[in-house]
Amino acid sequence: MSEPYATTANRAHTRARATRFDAPGALGNGMAVVQTLRPKAIFAATILGIVILGAFLGNAIWQVDPSFQQLNARLLTPLSLGSDGVYHLFGTDHLGRDLLARTLAGARISLLVALLAVGVAAVVGVGVGLASGVFGGHLDHAVMTCADVQLALPFTLLAISIATITGPSLLNVIVVLTATGWVAFARVVRSQVLSLREMDFFTAARSLGCGPGRILVRYLLPNCASTIIVISSFAAARMIVAEATISFLGVGVPSWIPSWGSMISEGRTYLPVAWWVAIIPGGAITLSVIAINLLGDWLRDTLDPRLTSPNGLSGIQQRNGRGRADAAQA
Amino acid sequence: MIVYLVTRATRGLIVLILVSVIVFGMSLLAGDPIKLLILTETSPEQLEQLRSAYGLNDPAAVRLGRFLEGLLRGDLGYSFRYQQPAFSVVAERLGATLELALVAMIVTLLLALPAGVVSAVKRDSLIDTVVMAGSVLGHSLPSFFLGLLLIYLLSVKLHLLPTSGRGTLAHIVMPSVTLGLFYAGRTARLLRSSMLEVLHQEYMRTARAKGLAESIVIGRHALRNASLPVITILGLELGGLLGGAVVTETIFAWPGIGKLAIEAVIARDFPIVQAVVLLTATTFVVINLMVDILYGFLDPRVRLTRT
Repeated sequence: MSEPYATTANRAHTRARATRFDAPGALGNGMAVVQTLRPKAIFAATILGIVILGAFLGNAIWQVDPSFQQLNARLLTPLSLGSDGVYHLFGTDHLGRDLLARTLAGARISLLVALLAVGVAAVVGVGVGLASGVFGGHLDHAVMTCADVQLALPFTLLAISIATITGPSLLNVIVVLTATGWVAFARVVRSQVLSLREMDFFTAARSLGCGPGRILVRYLLPNCASTIIVISSFAAARMIVAEATISFLGVGVPSWIPSWGSMISEGRTYLPVAWWVAIIPGGAITLSVIAINLLGDWLRDTLDPRLTSPNGLSGIQQRNGRGRADAAQA
Repeated sequence: MIVYLVTRATRGLIVLILVSVIVFGMSLLAGDPIKLLILTETSPEQLEQLRSAYGLNDPAAVRLGRFLEGLLRGDLGYSFRYQQPAFSVVAERLGATLELALVAMIVTLLLALPAGVVSAVKRDSLIDTVVMAGSVLGHSLPSFFLGLLLIYLLSVKLHLLPTSGRGTLAHIVMPSVTLGLFYAGRTARLLRSSMLEVLHQEYMRTARAKGLAESIVIGRHALRNASLPVITILGLELGGLLGGAVVTETIFAWPGIGKLAIEAVIARDFPIVQAVVLLTATTFVVINLMVDILYGFLDPRVRLTRT
């Protein structure tokens, strides 16, 4: 299904990349990066910076317990002052909990889940993709069939079933997300390896007596690195939405841990009387996802131009890598 | 070509068999269905009798064999909750899902076609920037949040549309827009980059040199050639939608397969869940196969390199 089509294009691309690595020293590279920074990249970096800072330092700056209930301060509007003198910048929810504190705690969960799930999925997917591309044969067939099975299974439904059977837990969420996330990495890395194998440096390395391990680490992995980074960023955006989706449906992160998805789910009931309870965490998810997607775009434009221009064939590649999981979240 | 087709079909079949095995494994993990079936107090002996009557005491391998054999006969199991074959319960809801999927696709095309074409033709203009920003927004908004936003604005605030359910034309507006915006974002982007590639081809210059009107050059020469990857993606997404848009159907209480599946999971009515998973997987595999065949016909390079 995803042989490396159009290897001429790949070769030209890799040649271009090879020359780019020859840029004169660190300063030259730095200048190149600065020149490609566009407004959208700056916007993305700013938002992400705020989210990351909020997630890690939020507790120290905003010292309000996200789970502290205060029933006489229910559904306070944003920018209002509680009876105990606590200023509620984002208002409070139906149990009188401070929404800013909960949004910050939610950021921590979202980032944690996204980082862990993408990390594990990347390690598994890259490992499998490398092995599949290098060894080929039966292993390759088996791996690609597994990938097809994974893509054919409806993600949301499967996640919910697993959570119902085993009970909601953070670990489950990460396992489910990893199980669906590895395919994108495996497919793209595999097809890159297949095209890299055609190149002269690969033949040269082999004829010089390099073992498979050395070829993997010294030649194949570095050449796949930029693609892996680009896929990781898009995968992170998808993971955040996926976590929020299954938490929204009540089977993701356990209810005592504040998460953006479950906050929206709780706020849904109060939408007619208190819009902020659902809209604020929803806005937080949307902004974070936009920022990560923009960052991914920028990384792709900068690191891996081949991925930007889908011709008739790379449409299939795109679909193989990303189509299914996205569709499942609708 | 024959070899290519057979290889693709065999692969699809293997995938479906593996999916069935996974789906069966799910029912093993789900635990004893008899306990869910029996509401009144039953003696352990009677439970045991029921178990052997349903064949639940047989080894897993035997039960798997029976399950697969049932699938071949079109028997997807029996819903405990509806007291009906799972297949007919799912088939009943298929209409609603189909309706939503088709309308959502129309919304997607209405938004994405003009957006993608205009932003490619007027590349780097203000309108291009706006369209691309909209497309990032469209596919970054989680569908459950977009759904809530629409309900809040159009139902709660403006009282324009009913919040949920199915029936009149007004009911389908919000669910289809929720799905349509999500897909339109990606489709417009894909169409734009595909158009940009085509616009530089030599036949475009030829078409212009012949003195054809710009609308014909863009519409007939560019768009038609640029649409192939877009059709591929849309076909697959339509396939995904046929399996039920779980989240959107749940939010808008749309009585389709997706909502049915969620309810079934919560009620632990696993035959229904299995039926939906199998249906989705089959649709996916069949559409994949169709796309592969189509590509095999359209592009000889594909069938030569991919065996």
